[in-house]
Amino acid sequence: MYGGGYIHDDQKKKPEMQAEDPVLLAEFEARIARGEKIEPRDWMPADYRRQLIRMIEQHAHSEIIGALPEGTWITRAPGFRRKLALMAKVQDEVGHAQLLYSAAETLGKSREDMINDLINGKSKYSNVFNYPAKTWADVAVIGFLIDAAAIVNQVANSKGSYGPYCRALERICYEESFHLKQGHSVFVYLATGTPTQRAMVQDALNRWWQPIMHFFGPSDKMSQHTETLMRWKVKMASNDDMRQQFLSMYVPKIWEIGLTLPDPNLKKNPETNQWEFTEPDWNEFYEVIKGNGPCNAERLAVRRASEERGAWVRAALKRADQHYVTPLA
Amino acid sequence: MNIQSLDPRITRLGIDAEEKNPDQTLQREEHWETYQVFHQKKRGEKHSSVGVVHAPNAEMALLFAKEQYARRGETVNLWIVNTRDVLAMNYDDYDVFSTTPEKMYRDPAGYKVNDKIAAYKKAQLDV
Repeated sequence: MYGGGYIHDDQKKKPEMQAEDPVLLAEFEARIARGEKIEPRDWMPADYRRQLIRMIEQHAHSEIIGALPEGTWITRAPGFRRKLALMAKVQDEVGHAQLLYSAAETLGKSREDMINDLINGKSKYSNVFNYPAKTWADVAVIGFLIDAAAIVNQVANSKGSYGPYCRALERICYEESFHLKQGHSVFVYLATGTPTQRAMVQDALNRWWQPIMHFFGPSDKMSQHTETLMRWKVKMASNDDMRQQFLSMYVPKIWEIGLTLPDPNLKKNPETNQWEFTEPDWNEFYEVIKGNGPCNAERLAVRRASEERGAWVRAALKRADQHYVTPLA
Repeated sequence: MNIQSLDPRITRLGIDAEEKNPDQTLQREEHWETYQVFHQKKRGEKHSSVGVVHAPNAEMALLFAKEQYARRGETVNLWIVNTRDVLAMNYDDYDVFSTTPEKMYRDPAGYKVNDKIAAYKKAQLDV
């Protein structure tokens, strides 16, 4: 439930859209227009395949890296029930990564290649996980608001055109609803607790607000490219629309328990029915993508170390006659 | 200098923050083979395809399938099948099925005699 709306696509390295067979392209687009799904071995435009691999892979990496900031507090969760819930949630996230890696694999990129690209810094993951979880209240804010933001994106994407991704997302969204509920529960308990607990959750909210505003990515102009991705049902909603939907659903839930958000300009304009806010610092956003966020180095070092230290186990279990086959769906 | 993390478990791993091994890459098939997973919710219901696991052998595939597809809710049974043992049709060949919906002689709805019975009854009354 971690996939952000923002999918990083380096404009400088992007190949030109490839010319496709017009007959096959017309059939493909007609199928999507009829609301039918595309399945793994169907013909598809090269750019459709490339964008989907990028999107699903970044989503998978986000799930697996997201387990790190949240896992920070497992050993010190306040009470057994909270600890059980947090362990269950973190396990779910790792499970989601595996579902998503399998969906991306059906498009032809192996899981090994995806993990290589993650640990070598070539592929990206959601920026929010490059920020530290400093207190237990951060777990509340991540579980409640980051999961909520991800659900907005994932519910939209589950109505997309690629069958295996939609099926993975349906399962993921179902499990995410538990994450959101348990996050909200921790959030409300802290907000309605002692003055110290309340101050702790307010502090976490203040620190996380900017990364949350970054979550859906910068405003996306309707380029020809975006238009094509929307026609192909790869991208289901604009970054701005998803951010507006998130604000409408969750800002009232923060305000109703008397907490504040660190943006004096945040308000819903009753005439336009749109949320107005101070633009977050987009320079910081791009810096974190480049690897200069507070936790990028640690996140990747931990991921790299766990692959490295697990290598002998994987090798020991490997059979001489094993033979990889791309999963069916 | 080892990583000093907010997470005590990570600090205990003793990961060198400076160490970078650019040559470290996973080899093809290091994550083994793929298996398709089938899940049965209740006795009497059918097993349904739910997804995929990577595993080094069938026994471990079953173990991973339990972790991945039976973490919550009801489950009574799981099957796993090595993907290479599944022979699947190509979607391009779907046209072999294109006339199937037309085969009304295989369908109960293809047999309508009420008109005949009603006409017969009416004719009997008229006699």
